[in-house]
Amino acid sequence: MKHTVSVLVQNKPGVLARTAGLFSRRGYNIESLTVGVTENEAVSRMTIVVTGDDTVVEQVTKQLNKLIEVIKVSDLTKESYVNRELVLIKVTADSSNRAEIMQIVNIFRARIVDVAPKSLIIEVTGDEGKLDALIGMLKQFGIKEIVRTGTLALGRGPKVIQSGKD
Amino acid sequence: MNLSGAKALLKSLEYEHVDTIFGIPGGVVIPIYDELFNQDAITHYLVRHEQAAAHAADGYARATGKVGVCMATSGPGATNLVTGIATAYMDSVPLVALTGQVTTDLIGNDAFQEANITGITLPITKHSYLIHEASEIPQTIKEAFHIASTGRPGPVLIDIPKDVQTTSARFEYPKKVHLPGYQPTYEGHPGQIKRAAKAINEAHRPVIYVGGGAKISGASEEVRALAETIVAPVTMTLMGMGTLPAEHPLSLGMLGMHGTKYANYAVTESDLIIAIGARFDDRVTGKIASFAPNAKIIHIDIDPAEIGKNVRVDIPIVGDVKRVLQKLIPLLKDTRTKEWMEKVQTWKREYPLEFGETGLKPQYIVREISRLCPDAVVCTEVGQHQMWAAQYFSHRHPRNFISSGGLGTMGYGFPASIGAKIGRPEETVFDLAGDGSFTMNCQELATAVAYDVQVKVAIFNNGYLGMVRQWQELFYDRRYSQTKLSEINFVKLAGAFGAHGIRVDSPSEVAPAIEEALVVPKPVIIDFRIEPEECVFPMVPAGAALNEIIDAKNGRV
Ligand SMILES: Cc1ncc(C[n+]2csc(CCOP(=O)(O)OP(=O)(O)O)c2C)c(N)n1
Ligand SMILES: [Mg+2]
Repeated sequence: MKHTVSVLVQNKPGVLARTAGLFSRRGYNIESLTVGVTENEAVSRMTIVVTGDDTVVEQVTKQLNKLIEVIKVSDLTKESYVNRELVLIKVTADSSNRAEIMQIVNIFRARIVDVAPKSLIIEVTGDEGKLDALIGMLKQFGIKEIVRTGTLALGRGPKVIQSGKD
Repeated sequence: MNLSGAKALLKSLEYEHVDTIFGIPGGVVIPIYDELFNQDAITHYLVRHEQAAAHAADGYARATGKVGVCMATSGPGATNLVTGIATAYMDSVPLVALTGQVTTDLIGNDAFQEANITGITLPITKHSYLIHEASEIPQTIKEAFHIASTGRPGPVLIDIPKDVQTTSARFEYPKKVHLPGYQPTYEGHPGQIKRAAKAINEAHRPVIYVGGGAKISGASEEVRALAETIVAPVTMTLMGMGTLPAEHPLSLGMLGMHGTKYANYAVTESDLIIAIGARFDDRVTGKIASFAPNAKIIHIDIDPAEIGKNVRVDIPIVGDVKRVLQKLIPLLKDTRTKEWMEKVQTWKREYPLEFGETGLKPQYIVREISRLCPDAVVCTEVGQHQMWAAQYFSHRHPRNFISSGGLGTMGYGFPASIGAKIGRPEETVFDLAGDGSFTMNCQELATAVAYDVQVKVAIFNNGYLGMVRQWQELFYDRRYSQTKLSEINFVKLAGAFGAHGIRVDSPSEVAPAIEEALVVPKPVIIDFRIEPEECVFPMVPAGAALNEIIDAKNGRV
């Protein structure tokens, strides 16, 4: 099944390679991986989405915990969480269909961020279901390029994944 | 105080009480070697292959419990360390490997003798560092030794570019490490310890299964106390040998593929396995589905990632095994094991380790070495002789049996024995070697002679890569593909290096040769010309259950 794993790491070179290595070694393809600094700039948070057998993901989680630069690991899949991804989509568009596309964009609460005579760039955020639906709708116009940030996730409610003392 | 990177490195090592380094110099570590030349706090042993530097540091660490240190130049020097680092990683040995690196401005350019050694060793180190500035050196060394030696120990590699060695920076040795992501759990959870005590107090057929973690934690006394309190048999893995002395009435010796029949039967019929610092390796469990099928399993280990990795565990306790056992033992009652112990003792009587009488038997040689130097530190290579050393030496002390268990590295034992002897110079150190394995690092005779490290090597010379030959005999219709070794005159080899060589062809020469080796004040090789086609028994074939164990009588078809 699909797991969304949130990993707090010390913001140091090499930590990404170590983390990714633990997944690839076991033949898991990481579906998405995002990294960015947290409220504490010495600490980064990675959100890793990977599909795999529960026991194997649990073993990888334990191995992740063993990495010296990993501060905390939590498999968000076990709780309720919010996940979002941002996608930029370049579609073929001209005066004949621009209006129709804009209508779809509005329904999905997406935005147009670049307009050219023969194309548009659409920016959209949301969870996987919404993004897939929008991409599906835009296919008919001709999608030229897509770029995705990968999933970001936070557990719901007041609980936080703490980076420990400073 | 400002110091060059090289000086800061040596000063930091001194702060970590390092007095011994094994290594070989090269272009990018000359500044460090130049500083070594100027001091006498640290003795550097020049080995003849970097693999041996890593193994010697590893043997030194296993024999003493201290962190072993090795050093190599960039590129080929660093890559030659790889097998040694992997060996230490698999057996949880505290090791710090120092490598030189090309100057920071050349890194990533395929410069002369550049290898991405932190990348290469990523999966076989507990942690690694590439130092960018001289000012990082003290903190890095402090952290590296802390990480290598605490929690579940392991190798740490530090890669130091040449320009970092020559620039100077303020030196102040840190008092503390700050590693928010590294906080090993030492104390076992009290609730789990209570649950374990209850399970033990209710068990009828308990077996204590001890791995290398018990040695690392220094828990021999506690293991013995546990066994004697509940009156339960103790079986050990290759890494655990010596935790409970072999002569102890509760000892069942080794379990697993070449374990004793009685250990394997006891595990199979047990109703409670108490696993202590062990990791249920496939060489130990046999077919996993048939491993201790009727037993509850208590697993005590400092590494949470080991819990539930290979077998289902009923009561996990994460913590330092010594501390956990100290908390656990007072909660235990003398259990109802009388009947069980009778059964175990019957197996012990019925299925002893045994071997034939014709020719020069390797098992007999191990027994003689054990008889004549019972307190020797025994290192091994990998193969049949390694198993005979585990089975027939009467192991008494936990840090006296040194063998590559997890990786199974041929060529490990001889350099490891040099490291062990340097760490414990007062003691007799033997390398029990195969003829194949010994030649993988026999160049280290030069090191042993140069530093007068008087290790004694017993070569079990069967003219074969014997362990592989055994599998070919038993499972591949005796097709001895590429396992016959050509003749080597080991006595001459010893002589060429300035060591002493003895050849032994018959049983009557065994004891005199060992005695001679013990008194000759030199490194010694004894070339024992053993029965070439002797097999290691008993044996659980790969993939079979532990109780499907074959021996010399039913093994050959
Ligand atoms: C470096 C390395 N290469 C290959 C092997 C595979 N292997 C395991 S045992 C063995 C034979 C060892 O021969 P020898 O040292 O003569 O010991 P014997 O089994 O004859 O006692 C081999 C080739 C290994 N364990 N390590
Ligand atoms: Mg051999």
